Amino acid sequence: MASFEEIAAESQQRWEELTAGGQPWIRVGTALCGKAAGCDAVIASIEAALEQNGVAAQLSQVGCLGLCFAEPLVDVQLPGGPRVFYGNVTPDMAAEIVSNHVAGGSPLAHLALGYLAAGGPDEEVDSTLAGIPDLNQHPMRVLENRVALRNAGTIDPGDIHQYIAYGGYHALNRALTEMTPEEVLEDVKTSGLRGRGGAAFPTGVKWGFLAGSNAPQKYILCNCEEGDPGAFNDKAILESDPQTLVEGIILAGYATGTSHAYIFIRHGHDGPIDRARAAVVQAQEMGFLGENILGSDFSFHLEVALTGDSYVAGEESALMEAIEGKRAMPRYRPPFPAAVGLFGKPSNINNVKTLAYVPEIIAKGGEWFAGIGHDKSTGTVIICLTGDLKYTGMIEVPLGINLKDVLYQAAGGVPDGKALKFVQTGGPLGGVLGADNIDIVLDFDILRTAGAILGSGGVIAADEDNCVVDLTRALIAFCQYESCGKCFPCRMGMSHLLEVLERICRLEGVPEDLDLMRKVGQDMQAGSLCGHGQLGFNPVASALRYFGQEFETHILNRRCPTEVCSAPRFSPVSSRR
Amino acid sequence: MDGLKPRIADAMHRQSQPTVTVLSTLLAVQDELGFIPKQGIEEVAAFTSSTINEVWAVASFYPNFRFEPPCLHQVEVCWGASCHLVGAMPLIEAALQASGLETEGDTSDGRLTLRYNTCLGACSQAPVMAIDHHLIGRATPESAKARIAELLAEQNG
Repeated sequence: MASFEEIAAESQQRWEELTAGGQPWIRVGTALCGKAAGCDAVIASIEAALEQNGVAAQLSQVGCLGLCFAEPLVDVQLPGGPRVFYGNVTPDMAAEIVSNHVAGGSPLAHLALGYLAAGGPDEEVDSTLAGIPDLNQHPMRVLENRVALRNAGTIDPGDIHQYIAYGGYHALNRALTEMTPEEVLEDVKTSGLRGRGGAAFPTGVKWGFLAGSNAPQKYILCNCEEGDPGAFNDKAILESDPQTLVEGIILAGYATGTSHAYIFIRHGHDGPIDRARAAVVQAQEMGFLGENILGSDFSFHLEVALTGDSYVAGEESALMEAIEGKRAMPRYRPPFPAAVGLFGKPSNINNVKTLAYVPEIIAKGGEWFAGIGHDKSTGTVIICLTGDLKYTGMIEVPLGINLKDVLYQAAGGVPDGKALKFVQTGGPLGGVLGADNIDIVLDFDILRTAGAILGSGGVIAADEDNCVVDLTRALIAFCQYESCGKCFPCRMGMSHLLEVLERICRLEGVPEDLDLMRKVGQDMQAGSLCGHGQLGFNPVASALRYFGQEFETHILNRRCPTEVCSAPRFSPVSSRR
Repeated sequence: MDGLKPRIADAMHRQSQPTVTVLSTLLAVQDELGFIPKQGIEEVAAFTSSTINEVWAVASFYPNFRFEPPCLHQVEVCWGASCHLVGAMPLIEAALQASGLETEGDTSDGRLTLRYNTCLGACSQAPVMAIDHHLIGRATPESAKARIAELLAEQNG
């Protein structure tokens, strides 16, 4: 087995051949956003045009740069030159880009979205880029500080050498050769990293529970179930830079004295699954997974496990049931997973984003990470911007930034001159914030005090044409459909809430309905085993808090102010259970 | 149904991951056949040393399992919150109308299965639908109707 120095040297050499080897490099975004925008047809057109023009070029399928609104996104880098990006590329445009830019050497200024200089933002660029803006000045990028997403959209997720050339696995090598497991754990504690799956629990403390157990078999579980509509950042990391997650999981194993781990993904998300599986195989081939990693006495095994369609499978104890091959239903706690988890063994569960930060924390030190962010919310946060926004996509910003700036600066506000009415954050168990309440600092503790939930990072914006009662009904329809059915207050409560909300949307509600929903919500919170039932009333509670008037107009005046509720509405009444 | 037996056995044995469970085996069979036949439940039970009851409990829980042979084409329309806000409902209505269905399910000619999906994962391209697992972003009722009409009209497809 090669030493890490030999592997790193080979990766570096390959990288230099790729970027300065005389061939243009074309990168196409192929994450779920790129696929939905039609990247496959663009790739076919690029391949045909290369052949037609008789040019040789490297063509790579990369992940998501975050600028999803511009997908299909293609960038062209001539040897030694800057990357020039083209957005919303059609197959015809792709052919034009190949013949003029790739073959002819002239960037198409009228089509280009922007450029990124090879030597960083301060580098002078030549006159062929006249008229093309610096992509770092794009609103979606100016507020950004990329840690977990540092390689996303840049490296080929299917090539571990590119990850290594970008500094990957140096942290693991450093940990295994220079640091004890206790020192790695201490660095994560110093960083102040908190769980990015929604609960914001300090990661170092959680790892400490597992490290403190001397059971012979323990597990690290990485949760990429990610069923929240509006959140796709976990899947985007798997599709864009799966090795940062794999390295983070191995470091978690080293710090906690654990030898086995699982990445848990929903069946059907083929892109993230395929890339995660390929990443695990490549890491094994390099000797970063398996027995005696990099010649140390540390051994570690990682496997990808799939669940069927189930939102509750993302809950930590239901996730363990699903990995064991059973129905994804939550368990009673205590005992907690750190004591009795997967297959009855001590287990630690982290979200994809949480683990993806770890390599950079070990590479640069916990204090470096703790220097980013706001108060006890250290580091960055990845936000998925969807709905009625000018720029939809994914950005990574330092915690401490104002949500208002994310929505109006980065995402460019609401298009077509319309006004923002509300945002829905934190997934279907999260809440609704009125447009007047978005002047709020992104800090786990401030958000919690304000009753807002960041959750997994989904922010869905709705303009003035949307009805908050209708959206609340849609959220509860989701929660009802996804209730696993184990606890009757959740199973029946969700159905009851949906029945009432449908009545209100049909303009047949009665004044007692609002108190009835509050009563049902209280029972669900008190009588459910997991967050699905405990938090399931959140969307209704927050909608009532900020838009109580709109509910009353539906009930008392028999009128929907936006007229959304006069159109036929649909709830997929569950035939599931 | 005898022709299915070797395919079921092959799919069950071909699982490459170390942890083989009832769920992973059911997923492998469904990926191979597009559905779980009654015989498949029995085979999975034998393969995983479980009871038929235990296998059926898992199979009936996850809505992505189906127990009848699939139609030629699968159309999925997302109704997650991101898609809902930017036009999932008109899209679903258009898909129902074009396929002649009243709710999700199979067309009587066996050409098309329509499913509602809670999140197809490409929320930034909402509203999203998928045809035979290929995602289509910024879908419109018109484009949905046209695509479904094509699928239903295909010859010998």
